[in-house]
Amino acid sequence: MAAKGFSIKKAEGALEKLYEKYRGLKGAVIPILQDIQEEFGYLPEDAVNWIADRMEMPRSNFYGVATFYAQFYLTPRGKHIVTCCSGTACHVKGSERIINSVMREVGLQEGQETTDDMEFTVEKVNCVGACSIAPVTIINKKVYGKSTSQGILKEIKGLRKK
Amino acid sequence: MAKAIEIKICMGTGGIAAGGAEVMEAFKQELGKKDIKASVGKNCSMHDVGCRGLCAKDVLVDVLIDGDKSTYQYIKADMVPKIVEEHVAGGNPVQDWLVGEDYHNFHGNQVKVVLSDCGNIDPEDINAYMAVKGYEAASTVIKKLGPEKTVETIKKSGLRGRGGAGFPTGTKWEICSKVNAEKKYIICNADEGDPGAFMDRSVIEGNPHAVIEGMIIGAFAFGASDGYVYIRAEYPLAVERLRKALDQAREKNLLGKDILGSGFNFDIKVKLGAGAFVCGEETALIASIEGQRGMPRAKPPFPVHSGLWGYPTVINNVETLANVPYIIRNGADWFSSFGTEKSKGTKVFALTGKVMNSGLIEVPMGIPLKKIVYDIGGGIEGDKKLKAVQTGGPSGGCIPADMIDINVDYESLAKVGSIVGSGGMIVLDEEDCMVNVAKYFLQFTQSESCGKCVPCRVGTKRLLEIMERITTGHGRQGDIELLEKLGDHVKSSSLCGLGQTAPNPILSTIKYFREEFEAHLEGRCPAKGCRQMLTYSILEDVCKGCGACLRACASGAITGEKKKPHHIDQAMCIKCGACFEVCKFKSVGRE
Repeated sequence: MAAKGFSIKKAEGALEKLYEKYRGLKGAVIPILQDIQEEFGYLPEDAVNWIADRMEMPRSNFYGVATFYAQFYLTPRGKHIVTCCSGTACHVKGSERIINSVMREVGLQEGQETTDDMEFTVEKVNCVGACSIAPVTIINKKVYGKSTSQGILKEIKGLRKK
Repeated sequence: MAKAIEIKICMGTGGIAAGGAEVMEAFKQELGKKDIKASVGKNCSMHDVGCRGLCAKDVLVDVLIDGDKSTYQYIKADMVPKIVEEHVAGGNPVQDWLVGEDYHNFHGNQVKVVLSDCGNIDPEDINAYMAVKGYEAASTVIKKLGPEKTVETIKKSGLRGRGGAGFPTGTKWEICSKVNAEKKYIICNADEGDPGAFMDRSVIEGNPHAVIEGMIIGAFAFGASDGYVYIRAEYPLAVERLRKALDQAREKNLLGKDILGSGFNFDIKVKLGAGAFVCGEETALIASIEGQRGMPRAKPPFPVHSGLWGYPTVINNVETLANVPYIIRNGADWFSSFGTEKSKGTKVFALTGKVMNSGLIEVPMGIPLKKIVYDIGGGIEGDKKLKAVQTGGPSGGCIPADMIDINVDYESLAKVGSIVGSGGMIVLDEEDCMVNVAKYFLQFTQSESCGKCVPCRVGTKRLLEIMERITTGHGRQGDIELLEKLGDHVKSSSLCGLGQTAPNPILSTIKYFREEFEAHLEGRCPAKGCRQMLTYSILEDVCKGCGACLRACASGAITGEKKKPHHIDQAMCIKCGACFEVCKFKSVGRE
């Protein structure tokens, strides 16, 4: 399911460098995947397979790890990332309403993370550890404390115009 | 004579979110204009003297003139010129912007060990830490005390693991020191996964060197040559400061080869966690560092005998390690003078939820819960009534309001079915539905279950299904008993701590709030927290017809003409509550 825009041919140089960096090191699977994601924004299947073959390790090792941890994305992500904290403090202060209204605003169904036009990715995270300014919403890495549905929707509408 | 002027600005995650960087820039510019010699330093993090009352009161700024400290709250960049003009240059603090009594109460009732330097020193400068006697303890241990006496001191202090389980730290070190092996590891567990907890992040952001010093002391005491800090990738600022601190420590020969000329070799690597709650469990954490899926294994063998790559490994929590330098420096007796007979020292809690002053606090073990909520926390927000305090996150339980006099220590909390845990403390008021909160925690543990053992994988799923139907009005008679029975089974038969504690929030809620569960079975949510069980309607005699609800309604369920009462079509209503939220006239009712 290599996505549009990813070409293994173009990626080989970067991957070869990764291979050099981690060759012979123990416990490298997670850092390799983290580096691939850093490079491409997600984990392209072809890239992961390429590095697994190059390292002479079973592809399943990489696949198992990639699907286990929440940090790894198997599909490309949207242009704008909206991260809604659903930690306990945020939850009791109404984060669920914010998440639902954001999902509705950008047109996402339950279980869907990225809009079809690749504009928005909305993700729920367990806790960003900023509980004293709950509820917290992060839009493109900018942290909004004590956020409200209206305030966040306004920001999102602003992004859409651009 | 020139005055010594120092300005400290809160620059933790919360401080930055509130505009800390802009405030700092404004100070630099203003002071530049006025040519005042001042060091515009960073106050360490948001959870400290500069910034406690916290992010709630951010940006907090300390202005020190010849050691005379004034603290400002809610500072924005445009307020800076006035402070510089009147206070820094003129010597008269801007009274209206200073912190109030609640800020002082918040501090006055705490006892600070781990957080004592956090917030007073620049976390990105090793010299700032050394100026407050940092690394003296490591030097004492390596040059004078020797391994055995170090272990002895930690044992005598009564320090217990702050990550949740409360295992005596000195004993863990002693066991490891007696194992013969060619190589040993020390791992700092900074995979703070409990939702609603941010103690470890704050300590690393505020004083990373204390954690590093604790690791050096531990490594020397039981003979480790390599260390890892396993830290959440979700904490970018903490990771950055930790890496910087490690580099600085290496430059000073506090890490690396032949440390302080003693022949002792030790270095620390940073491993970024990839987002799995179960990796807080020791054996799962080890598997993750080894590059595998983070799944726990059966114990024994314990990591102290066979851990990372099969070598003896000690895993200590961030807060535990940050206590170590202070214990060595001030002595075991000093440390054990705080706390109760079995729970020594202090504990850092993340006090959050419906409390006035939410933030990071450090209190002696055994302090009454009431004092935390009312004296330090300043009571409940908005004159509402306290309902319960949840401690220990998804592994813990709730303490109902009528038990508020309980002391907070390992034993007392265990007795009532909760735990100290890693330090999450969430205050709930009368508008919080306890059943919903219990479901929330279960949702968390269910999705974080690694799937290795059946009781946890299947058990938490079934428990969650029952909770789902109860909170959507489809509960059946006998569901409460079923939850109790199944919960007991999951607890007693799961492989690791995640499953063994996952049912706790539900079981303790049933114990203290059974009538609330029963009300749900009858189709009512008394606290109005379960939205699926509510019906929204517009009170026609109050509605002004402003149209706000109509615009907010995503499902098109609301109709009505301008300036005339609107109406909700119940068949189309998805019960999102948006209309209730936007109505300024309180004309949306929910039952």
